[in-house]
Amino acid sequence: MRFLDFFRSNKKTSAAVAKERLQIIVAHERRPASSPDFLPSLQQDILEVVRKYVPIQEEQIRLSLDRSGDCEVLELNISLAEAERGR
Amino acid sequence: MSEEKKNGKEQRKPGQVIVVTSGKGGVGKTTTSAAFAAGLAVRGYKTAVLDFDVGLRNLDLIMGCERRVVYDLLNVIHGEGSLNQALIKDKRVNNLFILPASQTRNKDALTMEGVGAVIEELQRSFDYIVCDSPAGIEKGAMTAMYFADQALVVTNPEISSVRDSDRIIGMLASKTRRAEQDLTPVQEHLVVTRYDPARVERGDMLSAEDVREILAIPFLGVVPESKAVLTASNSGVPVTLLKESDAGDAYFDIVDRFLGRERPFRFMDAPKKGFLSRLFGG
Repeated sequence: MRFLDFFRSNKKTSAAVAKERLQIIVAHERRPASSPDFLPSLQQDILEVVRKYVPIQEEQIRLSLDRSGDCEVLELNISLAEAERGR
Repeated sequence: MSEEKKNGKEQRKPGQVIVVTSGKGGVGKTTTSAAFAAGLAVRGYKTAVLDFDVGLRNLDLIMGCERRVVYDLLNVIHGEGSLNQALIKDKRVNNLFILPASQTRNKDALTMEGVGAVIEELQRSFDYIVCDSPAGIEKGAMTAMYFADQALVVTNPEISSVRDSDRIIGMLASKTRRAEQDLTPVQEHLVVTRYDPARVERGDMLSAEDVREILAIPFLGVVPESKAVLTASNSGVPVTLLKESDAGDAYFDIVDRFLGRERPFRFMDAPKKGFLSRLFGG
């Protein structure tokens, strides 16, 4: 088995797998605001505030956190239904 | 590594809580927790493995489920998610579930009552609950051991590790629920890891017998120093689920002895390698 593994050189080494896994998890954890309990509750709060003025559904708010270079971007999208605007 | 099915679960006892502890860091607690829990699951027991290392979780990495973590132990304790949402089902073995620790919170958020409630709920549906303790004797470690029925004391054949294990054995006898409520004491088991029989033979390393004599608790076996352990953690596979490895075999012996089956002690003597096994590795 080991002897055959030797010739299967296109197979990724376990160290390469480890590095890839680490890069993903470390990049993820370096973003301080990415914990699962943070975004949902922020979204809920924003929804409450917007609802004071415009009736909207939960799915009309989209919140996402992105990273560009050293900058963290919090993107907030609120789509207002056509009928509601009536322009 | 055959799959054995345990049958007959007509009336169930509450699951057994096993803490994997050592005092000292880096001796192989998480490796042991992952390998032991996976081994129990392969033997047919429904097993949950819990990470208590709040802020420095690693069990998810060793189990290879780091990208599937959404809710953790602290979310469950604080009612932000249910236990079922937080338990990650292993994709390789039936009966195996992982409950990660929180990576972002402070360890003070780990309350004894909260952990007690989670463990009690787990005991209703699991046969074994394996608690992976953090190093040290701080809150995380004390919480991990508090509800234990049994303990795997992971020790390296090295003086500082043995001394720290002795401290931990003292705490198992005084700072656990079983001690406080005057129940039968926590059943302790010694697991000697990173064992190198060749160095023991040369007199460069404490023997398993030495460690056992000093710590004076029942001995479950040794796990040899093995390349397979790094390969396994690189790939996020518990070493007992690796195709074939000395460490995996050693952990299966340990699991079986834990389950009360007789297994001859292996990996205690230096192997005499022949020419072919040197060439092809073995």
